[in-house]
Amino acid sequence: MTTLIVVLGVALVLVILYLIFKISNLVSVAKAKTSDDEVDSSNGVHALLFILFMVFGLGGFFWYSYAHFDSYTLPIASEHGAWTDTLFWITMAVTVVAFTIISIIKFVFLYQYQHKEGRKAKFYPDNHYLELAWTIIPALVLALLVFTGLRAWNDITSPASENAEVVEVIAQQFAWTVRYPGKDNVLGDYHYQKIDAINEFGLDLSDNKSFDDFKSLELHIPKGKEVLMKIRAKDVLHSVFLPHFRVKMDAVPGMPTQFKFIATKTTSEMRDELGNPEFNYELACTEICGKGHFSMKMSVVVDTPEDFEKWKTGQEAWLKQNPDYLKNVPAGLRESAMIKAGISVESGVTYLEGVKAAAVGSN
Amino acid sequence: MATTHTHTNIDVHHHDDHEHEHHEGNFWTNYIFSQDHKVIAKQFLITGIFWALFGGALSVIFRLQLGFPDMTLEWLRPLLGGWITPEGKIDPEFYLALVTMHGTIMVFFVLTAGLSGTFSNFLIPLQIGARDMASGFMNMLSYWFFFLSSVVMLSSFFIETGPAGGGWTVYPPLSALPQAIQGSGLGMTLWLVAMALFIVSTLLGGINYITTIINMRTRGMSFTRMPLTIWAFFFTAIIGLLSFPVLFAAALLLIFDRSFGTSFFLSDIYIGGEALANVGGSPILFQHLFWFLGHPEVYIVLLPALGITSEIIATNSRKPIFGYKAMIGSMLFIAILSFIVWAHHMFVTGMNPFLGSIFMLLTLIIAVPSAVKIFNYVTTLWKGNIRFTSAMLFSIGLVSFFLTGGITGIFLGNSAIDIQLHDTYFVVAHFHLVMGSASFFGMLAGIYHWFPKFFGRMMNERLGYIHFWLTFVGVYMVFFPMHYIGIAGFPRRYYSWTNFDTFSGFTDLNTLVSVAAILTLSAQFIFLFNFFYSIFRGRKASANPWKSTTLEWTTPRNPGHGNWPGEIPAVYRWPYDYSKPGAKDDFIPQTIPFSETPESNLPHENELIKLETTGDGAIVVEGNKH
Repeated sequence: MTTLIVVLGVALVLVILYLIFKISNLVSVAKAKTSDDEVDSSNGVHALLFILFMVFGLGGFFWYSYAHFDSYTLPIASEHGAWTDTLFWITMAVTVVAFTIISIIKFVFLYQYQHKEGRKAKFYPDNHYLELAWTIIPALVLALLVFTGLRAWNDITSPASENAEVVEVIAQQFAWTVRYPGKDNVLGDYHYQKIDAINEFGLDLSDNKSFDDFKSLELHIPKGKEVLMKIRAKDVLHSVFLPHFRVKMDAVPGMPTQFKFIATKTTSEMRDELGNPEFNYELACTEICGKGHFSMKMSVVVDTPEDFEKWKTGQEAWLKQNPDYLKNVPAGLRESAMIKAGISVESGVTYLEGVKAAAVGSN
Repeated sequence: MATTHTHTNIDVHHHDDHEHEHHEGNFWTNYIFSQDHKVIAKQFLITGIFWALFGGALSVIFRLQLGFPDMTLEWLRPLLGGWITPEGKIDPEFYLALVTMHGTIMVFFVLTAGLSGTFSNFLIPLQIGARDMASGFMNMLSYWFFFLSSVVMLSSFFIETGPAGGGWTVYPPLSALPQAIQGSGLGMTLWLVAMALFIVSTLLGGINYITTIINMRTRGMSFTRMPLTIWAFFFTAIIGLLSFPVLFAAALLLIFDRSFGTSFFLSDIYIGGEALANVGGSPILFQHLFWFLGHPEVYIVLLPALGITSEIIATNSRKPIFGYKAMIGSMLFIAILSFIVWAHHMFVTGMNPFLGSIFMLLTLIIAVPSAVKIFNYVTTLWKGNIRFTSAMLFSIGLVSFFLTGGITGIFLGNSAIDIQLHDTYFVVAHFHLVMGSASFFGMLAGIYHWFPKFFGRMMNERLGYIHFWLTFVGVYMVFFPMHYIGIAGFPRRYYSWTNFDTFSGFTDLNTLVSVAAILTLSAQFIFLFNFFYSIFRGRKASANPWKSTTLEWTTPRNPGHGNWPGEIPAVYRWPYDYSKPGAKDDFIPQTIPFSETPESNLPHENELIKLETTGDGAIVVEGNKH
């Protein structure tokens, strides 16, 4: 039924258009319009339509921007985000003023200087002062915007402080994982050739920094403390996007990247602010990466520093969850590996003996 | 060239496809393997129109998915077959292929080949007063390489793994690894082959345009008397000549990475359960190479449109274009700057942030000449006597889009603000307005304006008006809401947003955008009807229907091979003598010597009269125009 209505509607529009076309042809024949001397009678209509377009266009723009402000602006939850958003709105103010003035002038000119029989246009090929003015003024305004932008950019991209909380976000088709450095606060080495189904990070277990590293499927970060997010990708390009924190950085295979920021609102604070108890911060992918690009999501939790520490201490080292991999730890380091990973001596020794026995058995 | 010179006298007042006595043309040499610049221009135009419809249709298919996520698309199965999932949805990988091919087709096949190919070919000889292009044969090759490229690109829709799907920027490793996405299999190979052929076509064309403009201007046509269209085509060709080879290099290296095991762009990859052997490559290197073309490409697309509209706005305002030299200067400045801003596409790719600062600075500088152009357009309208022809309407549309879309570039060029906006719908809105729609409107304006010269007949103006208003309002309805969606952070190239709470809003705006997109595409059929109907049945055009000053309107209604029967007219003045005080008409063609217009000459022009009589005006007049 709907299809039928759509088809009929389309047919009707086509018929109307064809009629307009035919009639306009006939009219031009009837008027014996063979030369192009006269200007089309619809000339004034266009001039008027441009004015209407301007009124409704600008009106609609200002109305929607004002009335729906909350629906298209995301709350800010990071320190530099407040800064870049301010820059965004300053730029918006400057450009909207320029845009509105130029638009109005343009459409008014179109109306005012529409063709009139007998009027002659003004021969006005140039005016160097005018041209100079509108070269220099935009240049100055842009220079101002550039310099404020540069300061923000330099600050945002400056090296992180020594005691920043380090987390590593690892992208792969089509999921994120996070690695925390564990108690030693240093991420262990990794190598892409050590990656396998279980050792997702490609942890290099000959590095004693890696024993206490732990994995998380949620990104936990503390409020009010600088977070240095290290980013890498396993397969293709991805991009870490934390919309509420105004954070975006590509994940590049073979070239680790990073982004530092300070969260300013915990998840529960943001829930209160928005009056939405279901609210969760999210991490999205913004670099096309394949079929599942649109579903590459990870939850982000901002804790108070105390909760964050508590959460961290509650996590098990990756090695403890996968004791099989003790066999990849060089013999001399096994003991310290077990201590750092929190594997009890008995279970570790039992495990290793089991491995040895199995090896002997297979011989 | 030599052959055309010798016997253009013979076929005076003849119909368009007249033949020369020496080489009797048949259907093949006249219409298919023609070396005549006008026929080649028409070939580019028709192919461009085909691709525009094709590319537009692709966008409507993916807009259906985005605007009506719950709609069943079962009815597309006869067309798309297996690309519709059993649930009646578009396959997510095919969605990416649609997005990729829409971008590739629109940027390269429509707005580069369709725009430059058509109008550079058509207008350069006609407006500078030449019989044809410097090399008609190369010109013909240029079209046929483009045709071949089109065939290869189109064929990728008919293979099992589908067309390339890694985005029109084809960033590796995604585009290099078939295990990452189906489209990176044979589809990507075809994409690369097609682009290589396309680049050959562009270079053949570009060399021809540059050579013709430099060497074949008629007597008196100094550089400072060239219409702005020609200046625009000239800069465009130079930009293309310098930047396309870099894309060629990037494509070549990518082919090596894909097929011969090199590691230019690949390193440390673990995919599909195995670690690849490639080490030491850099995906960022590809991005640098790609955008070294990719950014100039924006101006390759835009400058011809700006040139065309400069001409149309001056003609229909009955005024000289305001600031002729400033317009040339700003185009030159844009052309130069376009080569040193490319990395603003890469602020958050992990590139050294210091580079980000440099490119931000350079990027915002490029806004200045662009602003100058807008101001000059608006001032050209001031105190004009404006005729709203269809071409004029579309030119005004271009100025409007150029302003609306250009202004958002100031946000994106600012690296600090770009962090949030990068790869969101804000970017989509920005470039579709400033580059896509603006150039597309420039192309349509050009078609309406020069249709009488193309086919000797007029298009129906009334249908042109309807076409304009539907398209103008439609384009704004499609792209303006995207700014809001982008500020809200919605990432581009998403098949659906329902996985994220953050991006779950705006179903209303997305539906609006999709409806507007469908209407806008439908409106183009009015144009198509008008175009093809008018070729055969349109009102016959007079010699100079827009009362324009430039040389192409001194040719016969249907110019034959060689363009002018008899001698090529000489040029005595700049192309913008509209509404000159004292003159009888409101325009003085370039071919009228100052000696015939003592009533309207400016003081310095009176001095030029002496030179006209000695007949060597061409040599002495350099740089005389204020």
